[in-house]
Amino acid sequence: MAFDQAQQREYKVVGARLRRPDGIDKVTGKALYGADVSAPGMLFGHVLRSPHPHARILSIDTSRAAALSGVKAIVTGADFAEVGGDDIRDIRDNVLARDKALYDGHGIAAVAATSVRVARRAAKLIEVEYEILPHVTDVDAAMQPGAPVVQAGRVAENVPPGVSENAVSFHEFGHGDLKAGFARADCVVERSFKTAATHQGYIEPHACLASMGADGKGELWCCTQGPFLVRSLCAEIIGMEASQLRVTASEIGGGFGGKTTVFIEPVALALARKSGRPVKMAMSREEVFRASGPAASYSVDVRIGMTRDGRITAAEATLRAQGGAFPCPIVQYGAQAAFAAYDLSAVCSRAWNVLTNRPKEAAYRAPGAPVAIYTVESVVDELCQTLGLDPLEVRLKNAARKGTLSSYGPTFPEIGLVATLEAAKAHPHYTAPLKPGQGRGISCGFWFNFGGNTSVSLNVSPDGTVGVTEGNPDIGGSRASISMMAAEELGIPYEKVRTVVADTSSLGFNDVTDGSRVTFAVGLATIRAAQAAKREMCRRVARLWGLEEEAVVWRDGAVVPAGPNAGAHEPMTLAEIAAIADNTGGPIAGHHEANADGAGVSFGVHIADAEVDPETGATKVLRYTVFQDAGKAVHPDYVEGQMQGGAAQGIGWALNEEYIYGEDGRLQNPGFLDYRVPVASDLPPIEPVILEIPNPGHPYGVRGVGETSIVPPLAALSNAISRAAGVRLTELPMSPPKILKAMKG
Amino acid sequence: MTKMAKITKHMVATTINGDLHEFICEPDETLLEVLRDRLGMTGSKEGCGTGDCGACSVMLDDRLVCSCLVLGAEADGAEIKTIEGMAEGGDLHPLQEAFLDHAALQCGICTPGILIAARALLQHNPDPSDEEVRYWLAGNLCRCTGYDKIIRAVQHAAAEMREAG
Repeated sequence: MAFDQAQQREYKVVGARLRRPDGIDKVTGKALYGADVSAPGMLFGHVLRSPHPHARILSIDTSRAAALSGVKAIVTGADFAEVGGDDIRDIRDNVLARDKALYDGHGIAAVAATSVRVARRAAKLIEVEYEILPHVTDVDAAMQPGAPVVQAGRVAENVPPGVSENAVSFHEFGHGDLKAGFARADCVVERSFKTAATHQGYIEPHACLASMGADGKGELWCCTQGPFLVRSLCAEIIGMEASQLRVTASEIGGGFGGKTTVFIEPVALALARKSGRPVKMAMSREEVFRASGPAASYSVDVRIGMTRDGRITAAEATLRAQGGAFPCPIVQYGAQAAFAAYDLSAVCSRAWNVLTNRPKEAAYRAPGAPVAIYTVESVVDELCQTLGLDPLEVRLKNAARKGTLSSYGPTFPEIGLVATLEAAKAHPHYTAPLKPGQGRGISCGFWFNFGGNTSVSLNVSPDGTVGVTEGNPDIGGSRASISMMAAEELGIPYEKVRTVVADTSSLGFNDVTDGSRVTFAVGLATIRAAQAAKREMCRRVARLWGLEEEAVVWRDGAVVPAGPNAGAHEPMTLAEIAAIADNTGGPIAGHHEANADGAGVSFGVHIADAEVDPETGATKVLRYTVFQDAGKAVHPDYVEGQMQGGAAQGIGWALNEEYIYGEDGRLQNPGFLDYRVPVASDLPPIEPVILEIPNPGHPYGVRGVGETSIVPPLAALSNAISRAAGVRLTELPMSPPKILKAMKG
Repeated sequence: MTKMAKITKHMVATTINGDLHEFICEPDETLLEVLRDRLGMTGSKEGCGTGDCGACSVMLDDRLVCSCLVLGAEADGAEIKTIEGMAEGGDLHPLQEAFLDHAALQCGICTPGILIAARALLQHNPDPSDEEVRYWLAGNLCRCTGYDKIIRAVQHAAAEMREAG
């Protein structure tokens, strides 16, 4: 029985556009998100946050707050446990400050009271004595020697000297002889870029409901991309054993990487422990902007050399990213991703992480890649303009392909970039006529993709239906795709499978829903679990028929004789086998646990048409097409949804979205009115074109599709604007005032 | 002895999805808070609390409003329609069907508000252009879909509703 072979096959379920199993609850308002549950005797928590970007906390006096009627508990950072390791300590100290408030919005203390209003009033009565310290919020300023030091003693050993100790880490990637490469170039372009911080902008603010029993057992309901991670982090911060804390993930109202850590969850648990009552907490939108985990802001230098006929001879980039007041690893992913789309003989990328008085960065869809690739794709495009070359042809000429030594180390296996570029070239959009004042830009995009720790349990019910238990919150239709893969593998209808997301006490550990990993890794584990169940069913039927196990096979949802020598037996279906399970050995199940690798990298290409209003500098996106390799699209609607949604976020990043800090170090636009994400009337139809170059690392060829799509819009739009308005901007966002200034300058 | 806070609460009688509801609320309590926290109707969502995201959209006497910008006290004597009343029994509204068939939701948090807003659009304008749909829904943020499939779903439902008369 060849259960493990990746095979070319006719799919019956995979590839269909089926209704998602959680759909009806979501269109009728029944689905329960983070803030949608209550508990008897529940209190409401509220966090007091620092109004200062940088201040030493001299004292916290909670006595007046505690005296307010209805206040049941107050906690500060001192209520959290001692923890080992920098990462967990940073997460703990980001939730509630210890000695210093490190940014505007940094949590200082929290109150649990009988109503939200009382909790808010009480928080105002907490008296905090601050010693205000000088602050820095800009990445370049923070790197200068003599800049206010955000945290002392955090510098990694390999960081070059001559900069402020805010520069805490340095990484370098690449290969080849840059000097010789640049010497071979006919044209070298060097540009410096600056990009604003952006926010994931999930519509659901962080929310949770915590309770702690007198026996030390805890329950936590919260909106998160990773309940198992929340369990580990909270257990350490609160000082309890992980297995005593059960975390149940609610339906999640968007995350995009921003719900891969904890902000209020340990606070709610600490308040619940102190008060002995359940505590509900929900961030306001202002708190989400000020005190969750936005993406980094960057300063980047890029230098690329090209021959007259469009071959890149050398390329280098230096990225400097501030990810807030704590060290953040994400900038190194940017440096690794910067040149991933190119086959280069001489390449180098460097990444600095710099501390500033801003909130601690969290992941945001393809973290690090959008800005890194924006800068590279802008310079490549400028070289094309200077040399009079077609930008798609130049990308094809230099494209990474199977066997390319990537700029970040690995040699690529089968990848989809060339096919994606060819599809873009052949698409009518690329050659459609443009009117005067309109411009077309393209950009490549890339993401590594991830597999990771995954645990799936699959149970065959006596009535022949199947339950799949998995541990990754469904953020964009994954219960549908997982049910589809189980149905496909078992040869039963999609409707016969129900997939649920388990709590942390009901299943083995699962990594966070991130890295575009769920359809790939949970899908793979589901297929393996189904195969285990099929093996068991084959074994039982073989015994019933008096045959060796090798004499039967699984075909079309039933066990059948492997060949004529096995005798004449009617196929025995899954439902028939399930119905007699109690006579053949008991319940039938399959499970699979693995740290999945083989995720397979993802490439995409976007084409954008834009025009710029010369009066206002406002950019209108006229037409937009996304080409992306999905390996195998399990549910094409939701693959397209990832491609379209990522593109929309990238368009917002390119044109409008930015964290604006004042001279006073305070965030000036912590709301959706002034931090303007794209609305329906801002966007054109976004046409998705799915390519399927199978990933050899998955039985059906699946690649993750969630992240690559946010990467190309930044440069695609910059390149389009450069052709539409005749100005090349080197700052993001390309908001109307900036474009107008460039056009008039 | 602790001093009791002085609170003047409002007594409100209102019709929600055809049912009479009576509740007391504080003077500064929003309709959204009343719906979610007092009446247990958590289908309307709070995404911002400032009227910028539309996730809390409901109908107040046939007016499309953000329930986070309406006081609970203002609901007195009014007729309110929320997402919980959009399906009739087990029969989904054509917009709800279309959202499922066109994969017009991913995380689903904006979906209740968008459905309420889209139904209001089709009551005003049964045959909107794509641009009219996009401008009408410009007050409802969706961060997952890029809006494309939402527009298609609304147009599909509009066509079905026109056909059904």
